[in-house]
Amino acid sequence: MHFDAFDRYHEKNSLVHRLDPRVKAALTVIFIVSNALLPDGAWSAFGAAWLFLLAANYYSQLGAGYTFKRSLIALPFALVAITILFSMPGQALVSFRLFFWNLTITDLGLLRFVSILIRSWLSVQAAILLVATTRFPDLIHALEHLKVPAVLTTIIAFLYRYLFVLTDEVFRLLRARESRSAAVPGNRSGGGVLWRAKVAGNLAGQLFLRSYERSDRIYNAMIARGYSGRLYTLNPHELKSGDYFVMAFGLLFIVMLQAIGRF
Amino acid sequence: MHYSPPPMHIPDGFLSLMISIICWVISAAVIGLAISKTNKSLGEKQIPLMGVMAAFIFAAQMINFPVAGGTSGHLLGGALAAIVLGPWAGMLVMTAVIATQALLFQDGGLVVMGANLLNMGLVTAAIGYGFYRFALNQAKPIKLSVIGVSAWLSVMAGALLTSLELWLSGASDLKVVVPAMLGVHALIGLGEALITVSAVTFILQTRPDLLAAGSESAKGSRAWIYVGGLIALIVVTLSPLASADPDGLNRVAMDLGFIDTAQSASGPLAGYVVPFLASASASKIAAGAFGALVVGAVAFLIGRGIKAKPQA
Repeated sequence: MHFDAFDRYHEKNSLVHRLDPRVKAALTVIFIVSNALLPDGAWSAFGAAWLFLLAANYYSQLGAGYTFKRSLIALPFALVAITILFSMPGQALVSFRLFFWNLTITDLGLLRFVSILIRSWLSVQAAILLVATTRFPDLIHALEHLKVPAVLTTIIAFLYRYLFVLTDEVFRLLRARESRSAAVPGNRSGGGVLWRAKVAGNLAGQLFLRSYERSDRIYNAMIARGYSGRLYTLNPHELKSGDYFVMAFGLLFIVMLQAIGRF
Repeated sequence: MHYSPPPMHIPDGFLSLMISIICWVISAAVIGLAISKTNKSLGEKQIPLMGVMAAFIFAAQMINFPVAGGTSGHLLGGALAAIVLGPWAGMLVMTAVIATQALLFQDGGLVVMGANLLNMGLVTAAIGYGFYRFALNQAKPIKLSVIGVSAWLSVMAGALLTSLELWLSGASDLKVVVPAMLGVHALIGLGEALITVSAVTFILQTRPDLLAAGSESAKGSRAWIYVGGLIALIVVTLSPLASADPDGLNRVAMDLGFIDTAQSASGPLAGYVVPFLASASASKIAAGAFGALVVGAVAFLIGRGIKAKPQA
């Protein structure tokens, strides 16, 4: 497996790509907070927030609809919010029977449900754009500048570095299980659910030992190369005047969003 | 990629800002404590170890086994991480895993990450390790069954917390979300329990030294027994209560100011006598007791961290 198999980064030389990762990370988080603060049914503010995303997409040279295409990943979670359709007090819109439940959709319920979905959909797009325009190591480095403890960012950096290695290891284990699980047509292979769970557990245990022993070798190799507990980067982050400008503009826009949503 | 996430990651937009912030404060306090603890007890060698272990948990979540009808059992890994690495390191590893899932894959949001860390990383590790520590010196069959129970409970605790947070944010109806989440995760938890038990069995057979006396795994403080036990107790008492008497809980949340009457998911409560909490004063007492319990647990954790520091 290639080292960037999990990466969602898209190499481009755009305005958004060149922005300091700190600015991008901070603006993304503030944008998501602002979405959470917008009241239910603030349609014009939701619309303006989407225009903001479209513009950011455009300036990232990924195509105006880039994040839109990938934004449906959080949709399955909408299932948990469906109950709000029926349980909020308010004017009844539609009533129907489902098996043995009498369900009534209320106007306030619908308003809340749709608002939750829109907030979530806007927020996930901002996060998608952030990782599509920022290299993951740069993002981690930015987090360190934003006062996330170095222990955590270093662990995350190692996780990212070895994820594809251990994923290869998992695929080897899974392939070995497959190749030992032949079945006569018409007969199921292997034992019952308990037995299968035990095999899966053994795989997890085996993976643990291989990872554990690998981490020993990694540590020794790093010591040999002068590791002293810190990771260094060749991409020093410097805030330029453009970064300040974009940050100020973004903040101003988000304040405006709140104003639109509330008045 | 073949990566499929366990179904508990809350995306941004589903939790209210207040709930997100409360969860962040609790998670940040616990993670801060975990960092100071691991900094003290482990050298710089532990950092690559924890990083690779985080990648291990991430990768182990891809291992599945077919159950029936196209569904499959998965590992969440919180309990396993805490058992094999010790509680504090286990929490840091789970934090890294959940943070990476949110940053890299948008599995779970950024602003709600505090809640996801709490549900899937910290509480699971605390229960997993608390029970394990309790059974540390018992015979192997007892130890393994306690591990199984703790792995199951850790998933249930995460599911219960998730549904409570959703309900307090006004994103879901308590009456439906608690039974539904707990019902689904009762099965997911069984898979978790089976995989965790057989993984620990495997490690005990092949590398018993990693879990033997003197290892990081066995060094955890006995206080974890109480922490894990307390959280498990809350889960065990709150789950039936939330399913059987959602109106009582709604009332408590309203008195605490989490949800206002207009937003209440159970409709108008005017003139409605809640059987379990008959009067407003009784429900205030219950709410106060619960709040005190939570604050007490957090204070206890932080207090232990401060007390232990001068030895460093």
